[in-house]
Amino acid sequence: MEKLKYALFTGCTAKQSTPEQMMSTMAVADKLGIELVELTEASCCGASHLQDYDDFLSLVLNARNIAYAEKHGLTMVTICNTCQLNTAMTKHRLDNNAELKARVNEKLEEVGLEYKGTSKITHFLYAIIDDIGLDKIKEMVVTPLSQFNIAPFYGCHNIRPSELQNETHDTPETPYNPTSLDDLIVACGGASVDYEEKNKCCGFHAELQAPKTAAILTGNAIAGAMDGDADWMVTPCPLCHLKLDTQTHHASEAIGREVSLPVLHMQQMIGLALGCPVESLGLKHHLVNVDFV
Amino acid sequence: MSTHTITTQKVNFKVFRFNADEDYLPYYEDYSMDVTSEEVVLDILNRIKWDHDGSFSYRRSCRHGICGACAIKVNGRSTLACKESMTEMIKIFGNDMTIEPLSKKRAVKDMIIDKGDFWAKHTAIQPYLISDVEEHPEHEHLVTPEEAEELNEADLCIQCGACHYACPVVEINEDYFGPAAFAKAYRFEADVRDDAHTSRLIDLHKEGQGVWDCVKCMECAEVCPKDVDPISKITSLHNMLFREGVATSNVATRHAVGFKNSIAKNGVLDEGGLVLYSELAGIVKHVPVALKMFRKGKIVPPWGITKSDNLDEIQKLVKSSSTAKF
Repeated sequence: MEKLKYALFTGCTAKQSTPEQMMSTMAVADKLGIELVELTEASCCGASHLQDYDDFLSLVLNARNIAYAEKHGLTMVTICNTCQLNTAMTKHRLDNNAELKARVNEKLEEVGLEYKGTSKITHFLYAIIDDIGLDKIKEMVVTPLSQFNIAPFYGCHNIRPSELQNETHDTPETPYNPTSLDDLIVACGGASVDYEEKNKCCGFHAELQAPKTAAILTGNAIAGAMDGDADWMVTPCPLCHLKLDTQTHHASEAIGREVSLPVLHMQQMIGLALGCPVESLGLKHHLVNVDFV
Repeated sequence: MSTHTITTQKVNFKVFRFNADEDYLPYYEDYSMDVTSEEVVLDILNRIKWDHDGSFSYRRSCRHGICGACAIKVNGRSTLACKESMTEMIKIFGNDMTIEPLSKKRAVKDMIIDKGDFWAKHTAIQPYLISDVEEHPEHEHLVTPEEAEELNEADLCIQCGACHYACPVVEINEDYFGPAAFAKAYRFEADVRDDAHTSRLIDLHKEGQGVWDCVKCMECAEVCPKDVDPISKITSLHNMLFREGVATSNVATRHAVGFKNSIAKNGVLDEGGLVLYSELAGIVKHVPVALKMFRKGKIVPPWGITKSDNLDEIQKLVKSSSTAKF
């Protein structure tokens, strides 16, 4: 098989508040024989907040990021749900609106770039499922996670709106009964925990302006996983991770119940199962101790 | 002539039952039925009532996805019963389904809920044209096709409540207007004949009830049976607040503007700087968590940030493509 190669859009978080996500992404890519070309020219995707302020500017900046992936002739892989949503949404809007695309390209021309629409944009989770396959992952597992009940936390911006999300990958997913992360857990040898909050919102995007709402959502999610007898949680989104891992104190206060579980990034879970050196997975950067490794 | 085969399969339904006049707590009744590929969810509700229990209650009227009366939840998914095909439901959920009202805590009888909060919010955003119309105008107030286009399908809303009761913020914060009210507000805000722009926007700007409390979970976009896409209208309202100069400085508006400032400076975010810019003195409450994060190597100081390559391009584009001011 030809070596898989993607343009990697790291997003901002992987370089700042979740360094363990960047480390484990590289470790897992290496293990899976994936070559990642980092888009070092990329800007922030706007995370839906720049979009609230200036929608057009957010389109131009995201189109610029995609244009760099196109220059490499590669599929863009994201490792953050919100980067995925904002980038894929930009692609969808430009690919379906010639006038808007022309207006955006007029701006990009000022810096010698063009958005063509030739690169696919997909989250690392779906790149693994579509291009490598869960059977292959299963074959490669050296340390099955068989003693663990693992609660998948999908994160909104990878599953909704499904019409847009399903354009970005081959394996169809329904936000009301998502299966990709559950299947990945099982492929890694673990048991996936079914609980009501697995496809719900963690509250991240309202953390500053509506802290109580955000904390209740975080608390409900962890509580749901705990009630489902989870040993730990796993998520493909670094923003969900930040909420679930660093905000347990506020979450516990908000729902009136002590809640806390170790939360792993999807890449860390795969890394553990595939036998990546533990120190390459950055587990020491978590606030909730990952004490089972 | 095309041939179309109707298939049948067994589906087990767990149905929410509750009568506020008699029951202390709700309970679930099990029904097992042969369901054909031709049926919609409403057919199942009808069959429960007609074949099993005449007291089973639900709202229905048009059966054409127009009146919005029959919205319920199937396995937690808000759905218009008359529009949702059972084949699709089986495809998503398999052969076990839980049928519940849109909001269990608002249940009056079985599927029927008290939608009072929905209508109160709907009324609060003044869902009508506010315009000083002359009593004897000499000509019509013409709206161009382009201007009508701006409504962007917001007027397709049938007030079924599917998005309102799928919204996690509505569940938590009783002041919050919710996605349906926002989409309706947008419908009039985007109407060139409406004169109430500012007064409505001021209400939509208020913290707690307004658009800034949206968590961006995209549930409303997912559930809307009429493709109104409320979240896109919420984003448009955010944009309008800035464009019309209604947005005042608060943690949410500074947060949105902070993204632009950070991108203009670094290409990427300065996460710590962004929180500081958004919170101002409110930063104090983040200090305990920030210290913990710092000890775990999760905070990069402003001078340690790796800026985007070709930052000059980003800065040029921020300058030339900005459409908003604050």
